[in-house]
Amino acid sequence: MNTETIKKEENKSAKTERISGSEAIIRCLIAEGVDILYGYPGGAIMPVYDELFKYQDRIHHVLTRHEQGAAHAAQGYARISGKVGVAMATSGPGATNLITGIADAQIDSTPIVCITGQVPSHLLGTDAFQETDIVGISTPVTKWNAQVTKASEIPEVMAKAFYIAKSGRPGPVLVDITKDAQFEEFDFKYEKCTAVRSYNPIPKTDINQVKAAAELINNAKKPMIVWGQGVILGKAEEELIAVVEKSGVPAAWTILGASAIPTSHPLNIGMVGMHGNYAPNKLTNECDVLIAIGMRFDDRVTGSLDTYAKQAKVIHFDIDPAEINKNVKADVAVLGNSKESLALLLSELNANTHDSWLQEFKDLYAIEYDAVIKGDLLPEKEGLTMGEVLKEINTHSKGNAAIVSDVGQHQMIACRYAEFNLSKSNITSGGLGTMGFALPAAIGAKMAEPDREVVAIIGDGGYQMNIQELGTIFQQKVPVKIVVLNNEFLGMVRQWQQLFFDKRYASTEMTNPDFVTIAKGYYIDAKRVTKREELADAVKEMIASDASYFLEVCVEKEDNVFPMIPSGASVSDVRLS
Amino acid sequence: MSQEIKTFTISVYTENNIGLLNRISAIFQRRHINIESLTTSQSEIKDVNRFVIVVKITEEQAIKVVGQIEKQVEAIRAYYHTNEETIFTESCMFKIKSDLLFEEPQIQNIIKDSDSRIVTVNKEFFVLEKSGRRFEIEELREKFEAYGIMQFVRSGRIAVTKDEMKVSELLEDFKKL
Ligand SMILES: Cc1ncc(C[n+]2csc(CCOP(=O)(O)OP(=O)(O)O)c2C)c(N)n1
Repeated sequence: MNTETIKKEENKSAKTERISGSEAIIRCLIAEGVDILYGYPGGAIMPVYDELFKYQDRIHHVLTRHEQGAAHAAQGYARISGKVGVAMATSGPGATNLITGIADAQIDSTPIVCITGQVPSHLLGTDAFQETDIVGISTPVTKWNAQVTKASEIPEVMAKAFYIAKSGRPGPVLVDITKDAQFEEFDFKYEKCTAVRSYNPIPKTDINQVKAAAELINNAKKPMIVWGQGVILGKAEEELIAVVEKSGVPAAWTILGASAIPTSHPLNIGMVGMHGNYAPNKLTNECDVLIAIGMRFDDRVTGSLDTYAKQAKVIHFDIDPAEINKNVKADVAVLGNSKESLALLLSELNANTHDSWLQEFKDLYAIEYDAVIKGDLLPEKEGLTMGEVLKEINTHSKGNAAIVSDVGQHQMIACRYAEFNLSKSNITSGGLGTMGFALPAAIGAKMAEPDREVVAIIGDGGYQMNIQELGTIFQQKVPVKIVVLNNEFLGMVRQWQQLFFDKRYASTEMTNPDFVTIAKGYYIDAKRVTKREELADAVKEMIASDASYFLEVCVEKEDNVFPMIPSGASVSDVRLS
Repeated sequence: MSQEIKTFTISVYTENNIGLLNRISAIFQRRHINIESLTTSQSEIKDVNRFVIVVKITEEQAIKVVGQIEKQVEAIRAYYHTNEETIFTESCMFKIKSDLLFEEPQIQNIIKDSDSRIVTVNKEFFVLEKSGRRFEIEELREKFEAYGIMQFVRSGRIAVTKDEMKVSELLEDFKKL
């Protein structure tokens, strides 16, 4: 590695010490403030595990039950805390098992560092036992990756890995370390990385673009904000609220942006996208200025691009220049960190209100309420709905829980109905839509923020994709609350089969095991609810519990999630039934 | 913006990094863009590599691809240029039977007119090297083809731009950080 191309934070107190590569890895982690990591041992990473054993009072390694669980746990840790999550695995199958989590972190901009063991360097390229080209495999799904074959490279590569993972638009980094490099001794000294020559994490904000944006907003009659995770990643929640309140602009969110502004805020007009709220979807095609903040116009947000906000002037705030004009052409693009660019915007904005425009959102909300929300939250039919479960969780957690959802109908219901008072409270797999994400991600979230209530909301399908992580919950005594909304179907796929494939339910029906018995097998308190009368008390008992708790709610089998923008349709064609 | 498909030369200044070629080619692969040619070499700046990539795409695609390339940590800067904005060339080599030099008097004339260079001659074969535009190389190849070519090989395009790219300044700025 070319040392002139990175900047280091000089560490004067550090004297060099002769240690092994594997000890160096642990020391690097400690120097980066890592207190917990998730992983699974195996041949090519054993020297590092041996050091973890020696350092166990300073760094807590959590043995997950599958490397995919380790990657998602690292993601959950990162998403709730804003810190870098760390996962570790052995070479070959251990490393490939991390890939789904890495891909998920890449598309959802989650800072994680994955460390994989590799066969000794003299065996590289020989099809050695458990050799796999993990650097090659992970290249398209990492922000950066590197292979280390000499112990002396470890400090610099590790420093660079953490810096790249967390700076700018965050993302996953993989460091692959050969076994001989783990054994080798060298003179260790750690200096944090503060810059990489070829990498510009935060483009400069152009004040003229900010002024142009402010001018459009100040003169707009029907402006609308759509914010995304960029607000949370940029720690710009306060700035966003200030912008919204001063300008009086109604503000909607993407799934990953959820919770940056409390649900109860009067200018929070709900979620955009395929199963988002009726008003912000419909009115996207009526606003005169659309202000996108830290979001990337994903196709699940925009529907058909040919009919998306064509009438509006578009202002796009983003840290990543490659997002500008990628999907939607911006009339004004403001590059930079959301915290700084929104602060600059605030001082250029006129105090304003948009009462009659806001009323249009409220009117459409009333339509959605009658057509969808009432039936979801206050059902009159016999079967339980997913929505009423969320409503009980809101009540008993007082809106302070972090909701970790999996993928499917329950996820959309959770995002639509969970009430959030606190930021970083909606942890879900957005861009990749990874079933199996929630259970391990909830473990990571709860361990990162033990004082927060963490409730995982999972479908009966996705639950069985990483159900083995109950073992981690049990062994580590992680007091997460697990809610499985059991409709005995791969519900979201079934919904599409019903609506678009003439109800041909190909391979979506599930014959499920006794989930309560399984949870109890792991010594986790567990209960099943089948009747409405039992629901409130069960949720109350779950939230009140100090330990981990499993709650299965048997819900209506063939309920659908609405509103819905059929794929490829326009946002204004959002359906209520 | 023009939706016309044109030849663009994409120039990328990079750190000298093993994995980067993979990352860059994956950006084209994901978008089903065929790489016409790709050449990497040392650039004018010490320890900085330069990729010259030739693709046939729309300008809109070129902008997006350049954005995605620049996003890679080890890519210092990427640019796209049209043919008119660059000076470019390719080079090629012919391996031809030496007998032909004596048996076919035309061969000597072709060589003379072709602005090419003889690299080596021995009893069995001679090797000719030529650089120039694609059509010049193709013309020459067609002429020799009538007599038989033992081996032919052509390199990818290399190109310099008419405008400055200011990469050194960028690197100087880094030192001031
Ligand atoms: C790993 C993975 N495989 C397949 C899918 C496709 N998929 C999306 S939603 C879904 C159904 C999820 O069913 P379930 O977990 O029971 O939740 P529900 O929709 O019933 O709430 C499937 C199969 C996916 N998102 N992820």
